[in-house]
Amino acid sequence: MRVELVRRPHPSALYGALSPFLALLITATLGAIMFAILGKAPHLALYAYFIEPLTEVWSLHELLVKAAPLILIAIGLSVCFLSNNWNIGAEGQFIIGAIFGSVLPVMFPEFRGPFVLPIMLLMGILGGMTYAAIPALLKAKLNTNEILSSLMLVYVAQLFLDWLVRGPWRNPQGFNFPESRNFHADAVLPEVISASGRAHYGFVFAIIAAVVMWYILNRTLKGFEIRVMGQSPRAGRFAGFSRAGTILTTFLIAGGLAGLAGISEVSGAIGQLRPVISPGYGFTAIIVAFLGRLNPLGIVAAGLVLALSYLGGEAAQISLGVSNKVANVFQGILLFSVLACDTLIHYRVRIAGRPSAEGQGV
Amino acid sequence: MSDTDEPPTLQNTLLKVEGITKTFGTLKANDRVDFDIVPGEIHALLGENGAGKSTLVKMLFGSLQPDSGTIKWRGQPVTISDPMDARALGIGMVFQHFSLFESLSAAENIALSLGGEVSLSRTAAEAKRVSDEYGLPIHPDRLVGELSVGERQRIEIVRCLLQQPELIILDEPTSVLTPQEAEKLFATLEKVRREGKSILYISHRLEEVQRLCDRATVLRLGRVVAHCDPRAETAKSLAAMMVGEDIHDVDRRKAVPKEPAKQQPVLVIDDLSQPPTGPFAVALRNVALEVFPGEVVGIAGIAGNGQSEFFEAVSGERLQDRPERIRIRGKNAGHDGPSGRRRLGAAFSPEERLGHGAVPGFSLSENLLLSRHATDGKTYVGALGTIKSRALTSALERIVQALDVRKSEADPLASSLSGGNLQKLILGREFDRAPALLIANQPTWGVDAGAAAHIRQEVIDLARAGSGVLVISQDLDELLEMADRIAVMSDGRLSETIPTETVTREALGLMMGGAGNGEASAKNSPMLPEGTI
Amino acid sequence: MIEAILLTIATAATPLLLAALGELVVERSGVLNLGVEGMMIMGAVAGFGAAQLSGSPWVGLLAAVCAGALFSMLFGFLTLTLATNQVATGLSLTILGLGLSGMLGESFVGLPGLKLQAWAIPGLSEIPLIGKLLFAQDPIFYISIALTVAVWWFVFFTRAGLTLRAVGDSHVSAHALGLRVIRIRYLAVLFGGACAGMAGGHLSLVYTPQWTENMTAGRGWIALALVVFASWLPWRLVAGAYLFGAVTIAQFHAQAQGVGIPSQFLSALPYLATIFVLVLISSNRRMTMRNTPASLGKPFVPER
Repeated sequence: MRVELVRRPHPSALYGALSPFLALLITATLGAIMFAILGKAPHLALYAYFIEPLTEVWSLHELLVKAAPLILIAIGLSVCFLSNNWNIGAEGQFIIGAIFGSVLPVMFPEFRGPFVLPIMLLMGILGGMTYAAIPALLKAKLNTNEILSSLMLVYVAQLFLDWLVRGPWRNPQGFNFPESRNFHADAVLPEVISASGRAHYGFVFAIIAAVVMWYILNRTLKGFEIRVMGQSPRAGRFAGFSRAGTILTTFLIAGGLAGLAGISEVSGAIGQLRPVISPGYGFTAIIVAFLGRLNPLGIVAAGLVLALSYLGGEAAQISLGVSNKVANVFQGILLFSVLACDTLIHYRVRIAGRPSAEGQGV
Repeated sequence: MSDTDEPPTLQNTLLKVEGITKTFGTLKANDRVDFDIVPGEIHALLGENGAGKSTLVKMLFGSLQPDSGTIKWRGQPVTISDPMDARALGIGMVFQHFSLFESLSAAENIALSLGGEVSLSRTAAEAKRVSDEYGLPIHPDRLVGELSVGERQRIEIVRCLLQQPELIILDEPTSVLTPQEAEKLFATLEKVRREGKSILYISHRLEEVQRLCDRATVLRLGRVVAHCDPRAETAKSLAAMMVGEDIHDVDRRKAVPKEPAKQQPVLVIDDLSQPPTGPFAVALRNVALEVFPGEVVGIAGIAGNGQSEFFEAVSGERLQDRPERIRIRGKNAGHDGPSGRRRLGAAFSPEERLGHGAVPGFSLSENLLLSRHATDGKTYVGALGTIKSRALTSALERIVQALDVRKSEADPLASSLSGGNLQKLILGREFDRAPALLIANQPTWGVDAGAAAHIRQEVIDLARAGSGVLVISQDLDELLEMADRIAVMSDGRLSETIPTETVTREALGLMMGGAGNGEASAKNSPMLPEGTI
Repeated sequence: MIEAILLTIATAATPLLLAALGELVVERSGVLNLGVEGMMIMGAVAGFGAAQLSGSPWVGLLAAVCAGALFSMLFGFLTLTLATNQVATGLSLTILGLGLSGMLGESFVGLPGLKLQAWAIPGLSEIPLIGKLLFAQDPIFYISIALTVAVWWFVFFTRAGLTLRAVGDSHVSAHALGLRVIRIRYLAVLFGGACAGMAGGHLSLVYTPQWTENMTAGRGWIALALVVFASWLPWRLVAGAYLFGAVTIAQFHAQAQGVGIPSQFLSALPYLATIFVLVLISSNRRMTMRNTPASLGKPFVPER
């Protein structure tokens, strides 16, 4: 038995729409099998993961809290990926954004007023952009592989944050805990509906970013340029688009959005800097970007799904006693399934028994 | 047509193909194809681009499997499931787009297709012996990427001969050779035939086929339309069989430009030199050229002699060291990118259509924007950089009408168009803005004869309407048909131009092979070797 | 003192060398597997777990190799059979590997590990200066050196190696000649997985015989960078791996000595060094371009 691919004359619109759902279905099935192996009733486990967090209002708020950074980062990454720039250092850009944004409330806590928050957000965006500019410039000017350089910078950012909160930025009133001082009220990103839960304006930013980026990518010359450079760099050069310009633009967009996500997370959800401020949002966002088929609107939906897997992990840990690490496994399987299902968009899959026998088409 | 010889008897038939059919999606690439080859013959397989010749030989060489039909080898039905099988039977193949590995040496390339653990030095020695015997000089130790196209082909042929094949398939072998190199190849093939081996010779060059081949099978749209003796036919009758209709002759003389020299040139290239862009790229050396309004200037040359590097330099995909190296309509453009040069009135049509001239996965209207966003920014791009898709679709309709582009739906993907139709679109996209200067690289490469004639006529008409046109082509016949002046590019150097009326194929061929240097040939008029006309 | 440092350099370099050696073969076949980190961590957790269960670090090593190889086949199936994007698939292999190892290894956290003991070769190991360094190392060190020689010989002096390079240079030509592109690439990916698995096993059985989550700490990625640094030549890989080993050990010693530089900055050194080295190599464009396998990262679907 052999699997053979036969290229479709046109990409299949049907599978284009269907493939994310197919991937979710495969993931749920594999998840059920995994739970059965772990000795948990699959239906209870799947319920705990994917339904239970949706049954209460506070938990829906938590969903938005988790989805906000995922969506913001993934939108930026999708711009990079569409232009064939493999920025996988969003985690680092997120952290540096959070650090830049925190300069004001941590170093100048006496500076108060309505300007504090906008300045923080701008600083966060700037921080993410600056950090993303490093791999971008290295690639544009010196042809340095951006995958490796952007990833290495994640480790550097994590260590830098660790140093900050244990060293110069440690809370003077914090009993030597590795934490910065708590942000004062003017530096806290407010909740959207504070009466019912913690969801902060980060999610609003995410929605705005999704709509704006969708428009840019699909309706403007800039978006056209980004897509051309991704699909056919030679045709892009022929069109007069600049390779270096596209690399920089896309990295700066991704870095800016990751930085915004970082400062939103710190000022909205955490309220201070800690050695670890992200459960791997920058990497999970890669999954979000692919599950959303690199389409900003699809990414909103995909971000909610992945946020659910984080919440589900916590819920399942409490109700079933399974490790919350299972969530990471889920996410990994999901990305694999998405990639495998995307094959169906461009190819018919044929199972060939004998070399000459025609198998069933899928 | 098909009543020449008695069909050979089964025993002495080397290869017999019966009712071979191969379908890709909805396209019948081969439809019940029959033909046979006897030992010691050179058999031509004739047909237009897209007639199904390549599909057929891929099945004979095991790269593709037929859907139905049988292949008989020495009277026995055989299944050729991969190229190893083909080689074991005694079938060798010389590919059109060479199946060589650029980063490996010639000897390593040859060793790869020989079975068993043969030491590299022995392979090299064997290759040297065969290359001497058949007059195919090669350098076994050099990396293939550094070699000329002609030498690459010789390596392929040596590799093929080393396997002691009974049947050698050659796919369009002369398309990459100068006329003189082609002569040498023919001598080699005659020697192979004298040894009793058979050759399946694929070509669309009718004179060659008439000279060389004993029998011919003509394919059109996947079907055999004739078996014939090419020597008993005329070039015109063979062409009619291939195309199925008469091809319109291209009319170059429609309105001869008036004293172009007195006008300002639209394009001046002044002593352009540049280092190679990559490990296997060609350096440009002191290239100089002027193109005047109203004329077509041709650049001939074998592939890989710097034409693509030259095109990228002129189109602005690669910038020059000084702005005055390239002047378009009197303005220095050497530091402008493609958009800047387009704004000065230039238009470009690259050799590769998919992936250079067009984005395969984009619709045709989006592909219009590719080369028009800078020059017609106001028409197609609105406030906030928003693309005006309606303006694009109406422009697309206009272009499709003007150049008779055949497409299956309103705005299909570029990858779904045939080569000829996509080429028409890429040129039409430029014609639509009436450019002062058009630079086209291999405009009819891989295009069927009808569309090619149409494209050539359109290009000439553009020139006669007052634009300057520069055509880069490997196809000498095309240049002789279209151009008013012809220059030759060889190893990154460009000769001076020679008026088409005073030039001969032989003279051009010598220059293409690097024999002629611009000055000598231009000043003393074409250098003619003795005995040639 | 110097001898002790040099000894630890070899220990730090061995996993990098092994993982990079595997990836070199993979990339020579034209496939870019960014999942080295994932395969490595799977090797580490499998190695630790199997050693715990069996009581033998050798069984652990075997399990590490198998885990890496098995895990690489997931990548192989997607990229080679289903022709998915290699960059994205490699990333997902790493993401899944980190997640899966975290889950599988949860009960191992804090357990004392079993260590693969060093082999001192009698006589040779007593040679002053180099004796301990070359002949009193852990078994995987010897394997890594032997494997380097083997890969070098294989790639450049065997027919199979020639085939491997041909497939990496042009899968279209290779297919036209009848070479089995997909099969050759599967084998290369499998070898890469086994090597990465062994490298992971080295981490949890020799380097720090215990299990901690994410214990590979980016070594898989550094190995990927080393392959570029070495411009796909095995001998340069040794130089690169030992250079990085030296940087790692130097920063450990600097931290222990308390040189007044914050430990985090010292810990960041290997990552910064990686970037530095990448920049250095990539700016020498002609050299990298000449050695890069021409079909690296491009999916291949034979025409049918």
